[in-house]
Amino acid sequence: MPELHPQPEADHTAPAPVGHRTVGTVTVDNPKIAARDVNVFYGEKHAIKHVDIDIGINEVIAFIGPSGCGKSTFLRCLNRMNDTIDGCRVEGAITLDGQDIYDRELDVVQLRARVGMVFQKPNPFPKSIYDNVAYGPRIHGMASSRSELDDLVQWSLEKAGLWNEVKDRLQQPGTGLSGGQQQRLCIARAIAVSPEVILMDEPCSALDPIATAKIEELIDELRENYSIVIVTHSMQQAARVSQRTAYFHLGDLIEVGETEQIFTNPVHKLTEGYITGRFG
Amino acid sequence: MSVSTDGHTVKRFDQQLASLRSLVLEMGGLVEDQINRAVQALQDEDIAAAREVVARDHVVNGFDVRADEEVVNLLALRQPVGSDLRMVLSMAKTVTDLERIGDEAQKIARMVTQIYDGNSAPNARLLRDVANMARLAANMLHGALDALARMDVDKAVEIACGDEELDSEFQSALRRLVTFMMEDPRTIGHAIDVLFMIKALERIGDHSKNIAEYVVYLVKGKDVRHVTIETLAAQGRNGS
Repeated sequence: MPELHPQPEADHTAPAPVGHRTVGTVTVDNPKIAARDVNVFYGEKHAIKHVDIDIGINEVIAFIGPSGCGKSTFLRCLNRMNDTIDGCRVEGAITLDGQDIYDRELDVVQLRARVGMVFQKPNPFPKSIYDNVAYGPRIHGMASSRSELDDLVQWSLEKAGLWNEVKDRLQQPGTGLSGGQQQRLCIARAIAVSPEVILMDEPCSALDPIATAKIEELIDELRENYSIVIVTHSMQQAARVSQRTAYFHLGDLIEVGETEQIFTNPVHKLTEGYITGRFG
Repeated sequence: MSVSTDGHTVKRFDQQLASLRSLVLEMGGLVEDQINRAVQALQDEDIAAAREVVARDHVVNGFDVRADEEVVNLLALRQPVGSDLRMVLSMAKTVTDLERIGDEAQKIARMVTQIYDGNSAPNARLLRDVANMARLAANMLHGALDALARMDVDKAVEIACGDEELDSEFQSALRRLVTFMMEDPRTIGHAIDVLFMIKALERIGDHSKNIAEYVVYLVKGKDVRHVTIETLAAQGRNGS
């Protein structure tokens, strides 16, 4: 098992200045998630370096940066997906509604219900469409009757914009859907357990522009109820869907700002170089 | 992976941006020449030269259309962001102002043909302010284009702040024209022609100021249109 979050010895009453290495404002009022001085190591490799950032309520924040910059690694810290990787060590403090998510007492399964995740490749379970969505609510005991579960499945599929396309074939396998439909099925599965935060790791990179547009529209709608963190290689997508953008570079969080500012007038020259395509 | 200082990974993008920029600067040079020739025609009482200026405005308009096409292509095909976006936008706006400056130069040339077409030449006193304002306006345009070519914020701020001088020259010239007209109503015809000319020169100053302001936006990402002169001046040497 990886080494989990040693309790910091530093004096908590005098925290280090927040975001001291990052350009822009990393904090928000009433953060949903607050990460402070987060470091991630894969063995000897220092993959994430002293990252401070807040995730706000009802916001979409995009993480951008070149491959290997650590954006996915950091994303996976937010619901402890890195726990499953041998040799991965996470240091620093990450809180969800003020509660330390690396607390030893914390139930990781509960955490991942509150902080859901959608992956790059749609990964429906080899089960029916219905069972894919019902899986989470069943293990979390969220429905007391079959009809309650039916309602929850329908609500989730409607929310994910998939209901009309699948309502007549709920018992067919989820893997039989198109790529875009499978991804929306995965989103329906994620929201079926009433998460508060949804992490998306390049959710559209395997999809065509039409399916991408549907997912982006969905992200915009979901923002009303959830906080969404999206990792994307498409800068246009980051610009379209997010309100804030964070730029990572070789494990450092270089710049955070309003998306409009990042794409019209980035402050840091690395950010400017990346978004304008000036990387050699 | 490192930031490249010599341009985009996609070289064609650099070429397109550079070509837009040089097209705009070339247009700027042409428009500058239009003003100078119109004013020279006034001084030389040369109707033929003035007609040439009028005729050449379609070349200016051609630049306007070509530059707009390049802007649309860049936006559609490259989706520029950051400093590239600011470059494309400021070029698009500069082109519009240059086209209008071209129109003002054409207006002056038209007035020249009108003034010297009649029986009586205008009193030299009436024309004195035109020469003076023309010098100021041409300097402003030249300075704004210079600042654009060198991406020089300090120069741009200096030019934008200098528009006040031209504006006050216009006000004084206007007062003098009114005095002439009251003294001798026979000058009214020519005085009105001169009024149109100095108004055109005043507008050239305004457009040049706009171009200088786009340079500040292009380089620093700050929109300094419609701000006080103090705020504008603060963008210069010591401004952040």
